[in-house]
Amino acid sequence: MEITMIYYLIPSLIMFCCGVYGFITRKNMIAMLISLELMLNAVDINFVVFNRYLYPEAMEGMFFTLFAIAIAAAETALAIAIIINVFRAAKNIDVAHLTQMKH
Amino acid sequence: MFSNILIYFVVIPLLMLAGIALCRNIKQIRAVAVTGSLVLTALSIYLLVDFLAQRAAMPDAPMFYVQSWKWFAPLNINLALGVDGISVAMIILSSIILLTGSFASWKIDQPKEFFLWLILLSTGVFGFFISIDLFTMFMFYEVALIPMYLLIGVWGSGNKNYSAMKLTLMLMGGSAFLMLGLIGIYYHSAPEGGQLTWNILEIAKNDAISHGWQTFLFPMTFVGFGVLGAMFPFHTWSPDGHASAPTAVSMLHAGVLMKLGGYGCFRVAIYLMPYAANELAWIFLVLTGISVVYGAFSACVQTDLKYINAYSSVSHCGLVLFAILMLNTTAMTGAIMQMLSHGLMTALFFALIGMIYGRTHTRDIRLMGGLMKIMPFLAVCYVIAGMASLGLPGLSGFVAEMTIFVGSFEHTDMFHRVFTIVACCSIVITAVYILRVVGKLLLGPVQDKHHLELTDATWWERTATVILIISVAAIGCFPNFFADLIRTTFTPEIFTVIGMN
Amino acid sequence: MEATIPVLILAIPLFMFLFLGLLGKFMSHKWAGILGTAGMGVTLILAYFTAFTYFFSGSSEFISEAGQRLQYLVFNVDWLQFTDNLVIRLGFLLDPISAMMLVVITTISFMVHLYSNGYMRDHHGVWETGFQRFYAFLSLFSFSMLGLVVATNIFQMYIFWELVGASSYLLIGFYYTKPSAVSASKKAFIVTRFADLGFLIGILVLSFYTGTFNFTDLTSVAVAGAENVYSVSANTAEGVFNIFQNEAAAGFMGCSVMTWALVLIFMGGMGKSAMMPLHIWLPDAMEGPTPVSALIHAATMVVAGVYLVARLFPLFIINADHGGAALEVVTWVGAITALYAAMVACAQIDIKRVLAFSTISQIAFMMVSLGVATTGEAGHHGLGYMASMFHLFTHAMFKALLFLGAGALIHAIGSNDYTEMHGLRKYMPVTHITFLIGCLAIAGIIPFSGFFSKDEILSSCLGNSTVVYIWMSLVAGLTAFYMFRLYYLIFWWKEHKVREGHHAPHDQPWTMTLPLIILAAISVVAGFIPFGNLVSWNGEPYDFMAHFDWSVAAVSLAIAIIAIVIATVMYRKENPLPAKLKNAMPALWRWAHHRFYWDELYYFITHKIIFNGICRPIAWFDRHIIDGTMDSFASMTQKASFAIRGLQSGNIQMYVWVYLIGALLLGGITAVILLV
Repeated sequence: MEITMIYYLIPSLIMFCCGVYGFITRKNMIAMLISLELMLNAVDINFVVFNRYLYPEAMEGMFFTLFAIAIAAAETALAIAIIINVFRAAKNIDVAHLTQMKH
Repeated sequence: MFSNILIYFVVIPLLMLAGIALCRNIKQIRAVAVTGSLVLTALSIYLLVDFLAQRAAMPDAPMFYVQSWKWFAPLNINLALGVDGISVAMIILSSIILLTGSFASWKIDQPKEFFLWLILLSTGVFGFFISIDLFTMFMFYEVALIPMYLLIGVWGSGNKNYSAMKLTLMLMGGSAFLMLGLIGIYYHSAPEGGQLTWNILEIAKNDAISHGWQTFLFPMTFVGFGVLGAMFPFHTWSPDGHASAPTAVSMLHAGVLMKLGGYGCFRVAIYLMPYAANELAWIFLVLTGISVVYGAFSACVQTDLKYINAYSSVSHCGLVLFAILMLNTTAMTGAIMQMLSHGLMTALFFALIGMIYGRTHTRDIRLMGGLMKIMPFLAVCYVIAGMASLGLPGLSGFVAEMTIFVGSFEHTDMFHRVFTIVACCSIVITAVYILRVVGKLLLGPVQDKHHLELTDATWWERTATVILIISVAAIGCFPNFFADLIRTTFTPEIFTVIGMN
Repeated sequence: MEATIPVLILAIPLFMFLFLGLLGKFMSHKWAGILGTAGMGVTLILAYFTAFTYFFSGSSEFISEAGQRLQYLVFNVDWLQFTDNLVIRLGFLLDPISAMMLVVITTISFMVHLYSNGYMRDHHGVWETGFQRFYAFLSLFSFSMLGLVVATNIFQMYIFWELVGASSYLLIGFYYTKPSAVSASKKAFIVTRFADLGFLIGILVLSFYTGTFNFTDLTSVAVAGAENVYSVSANTAEGVFNIFQNEAAAGFMGCSVMTWALVLIFMGGMGKSAMMPLHIWLPDAMEGPTPVSALIHAATMVVAGVYLVARLFPLFIINADHGGAALEVVTWVGAITALYAAMVACAQIDIKRVLAFSTISQIAFMMVSLGVATTGEAGHHGLGYMASMFHLFTHAMFKALLFLGAGALIHAIGSNDYTEMHGLRKYMPVTHITFLIGCLAIAGIIPFSGFFSKDEILSSCLGNSTVVYIWMSLVAGLTAFYMFRLYYLIFWWKEHKVREGHHAPHDQPWTMTLPLIILAAISVVAGFIPFGNLVSWNGEPYDFMAHFDWSVAAVSLAIAIIAIVIATVMYRKENPLPAKLKNAMPALWRWAHHRFYWDELYYFITHKIIFNGICRPIAWFDRHIIDGTMDSFASMTQKASFAIRGLQSGNIQMYVWVYLIGALLLGGITAVILLV
């Protein structure tokens, strides 16, 4: 059995949908962040897969993936920092309740 | 660039702005404001003399001191300057009112900020009157408009936030129309393939705006400026705005800023689009005719001094637009004289109302009475202002109104003459509301015992009112001088240029 | 003629106004009074000099070879140019009527200036507050009135017309702390302003069709084959001829434009001269100080309307010759007013009101006299016009006399009400005699001046129409009756009761009695002035004795005497007759006493209809409909933005939902399009 692109893409799709689902349904910021990471990683997989299968001579997909991982790391750090601060201020990280800034 | 005298009318206010920014206390601010406006007044009188000499030398030129500097080449925007008799008259009016306004706001709170905005406003006013490039004109127009919001919103009284917002929004609405109109004019300013231009003189010379476009652009510009000229039904900003504004701002606004409307209606709407002016004048004639009578009737039952005066301004400014739309030399001359006259006497009114309000802390005529006994100087000045307003010969209102009525009645069309008679009725109604106020406010027994302790005018208040009264009387006693100054703009040649009569 | 003296005649009162008005409060009362009186005295001398030069110098400037008096423009400077033809000029026109008016105005004005020195202070010699202001206003009035009568064009007349209105306003409201004075002054100004609106429109119409404001152009047309009325500049006549050429074409609502113009101009005259229905301001104007009433509201300003019609008289004549109704309007307005005012005067208590209504009635006489001067017979043009001007002259003198006499009484008694007076003849002999002379003059008893002028008016009426003649004779009888009623009630009726704590009334100081004596003397002799030689409608001397009709004179004299006898019977001694008469006709008495409820009618019209019916709804409409629309734009915008604000909730999960569904929808649509 030859392992074609579709074998990678389907799990990646599942991962992405899980991410979207989680992002929409979860109210906890940490959970939302994790869902976000899931989506990002799904996309990363796609990048690598497309690069490997469609344009084996080029390396752009790999580079993008590495960039995305690095940025995701930074972003996560930042987000968690914010979340911790929010938690300190509000004792809560539920987005449904964090509406003071709206008004 | 600085060889042209006109540029100084913008430069001096800018220098005054810088000066006031450096001032440390109220004395210095007063000194800068008074000196600066004195210099401006002197300069405008010099301009008048020099202008008359130049015109005597070149009677046929449409504009004098014409000069132009490139500003933004891709759109052919220039800083183009030039004046004729009307602009000179308006410049003198503005400088006198700025001078008296400075005196009238002698004791204002937060003087530094106040004078900064006030002088920024007058920079816009002067800039508007000296420029003949539509774009710069519009820019100065906006410069004059914006400070109004802050001046009323911060230094005003009563329902000031509402009024400031209303005034600014309505005038901005007007300028939206205006901007559309001006851009439309720009894109039709030259014949096919020619260099497009914002310059009024060139546009008039090209005469390239097609009749179809004129009928679209004329209402745009006329309404745009008409809102500022308090044309019915776009006048409602005026009562609220004036009522809330501080004294000097009311003076400057009613005295000069409302004149921008009439001036623009002539200079842009009618001068550049004569065909449409001729065709559509009747619509606006009806509206302004209504303004004249309607404003006067409304003024009859108001109880707030400033509302009375604001409605009276609606009536008088309606007369300005009414006369401009008559499209003949005499009536248009009368319109400009009415602008001068109304500017001065309304400024006088608002100055006096401000002074009375500053003492009694009310503007409700039902709560005051017998002020003639308490503050004779102010009361006598108020009577004089009232007499000017109701058209007593020897003061400015009479000559302006009579020029308008005679000129309008010379119109050969029956419709115009009938409307002239309707407008004439305003002289009776004016007498009613003026005498009503004079009777209630100044004469009769003293209403409120606390008022007995009030004092009469201080020297700076006297200065302001006396300057204004002298100006009003000067126009009223020597009207031919002013009529000549203005009339030559409306020589028959202009009417052939703009293609009518 | 040099322009210096005429300029000074106008300049001195104007200067006195500015001088006393601006600097008056820095000078003593006494000096202000002396200065004002002296200024007026100089003006008086100059005006007399001018008038005498005009009438008697025989210079060819003023009188032609044939003895026709000419109009002479002393000076005429441009003041405000409207168009090439329509120019307001300020100038000085000398002709018979303006010269006569110069004399009348300066005489009365000087008397009043002198008289006020005594009147405007109380019994202890304390000056009225605002005494200087009073003199300033008097000077302003004199200036305006002089400017009015010497006007060279109708617009100059209008200018000074407005100025006299304003000075009248200031003087009626002189006691400005008194609410009744304030409202009287307001009423006077507004009513006359309303009339001036008609005047203004009339001027506009007239100048539109004739292309000129100048009197010399307007009134110098050939009338029915006669020579030019006045010989004037060459380019005359044309404009007025144009009217008649246009007249057939240009009509409006059944009348020619000319008739409309003249009637509208006459409306201005009706306002100033207090003709019905614009008379309501004059009785109230009596709130002013009495000398003011004498000067403005009896002798000078109120005859401005008559003067206006006289000034434009040739136009009225032409109009009548072309079948226009303008002069008939003048006649009937005058006749109705005369009767109305005479009836009301019989039922008033306030002596100044009686005199005010008498003034209205007498001015109406002058109007009627002008109005009937129309018959084709050339002589009658002249008689009516001349009689009117003559009556203007004599009336000014004896009515000023009566008012000043009334002022002396009021000053002595402290009330306007005759019920407070009675039996004063012994206490105030000078006032009594002069007042009696005034009454005899106004009643038309030979040889007092009123006899001659009134008789001419009645002759002129008879020449025109018998109805008018009988009507006016009746009014003349009423005049004699109410004047003697007043006279007896003041000076006879019963013994005077001196109120407790008061001095007995006595004659006033010389400043007040001297004017009375002078005016009484004039009233006695003025009838013998050969007036027709001086003033006539076309400048030609008019021999009035040739037209004198002894039968008319005898009838009018008889009527006057009968009326006086009735008054004597009723009012000489206290008796119940007047009360009986009053009870016999209660309705008539009540209506006459309340001036036929005109004031109530006006009050209803102005307050109920105009204020509550027009002004308030308009103000409401403005605040609620117009402004409401503008505000509703703002509130609609605000509501709309509140409505869509919910979409920007800040809820990211909601955004993602919307994004997701949108993306899926778009994808679906694309797919469907691609597949189909």
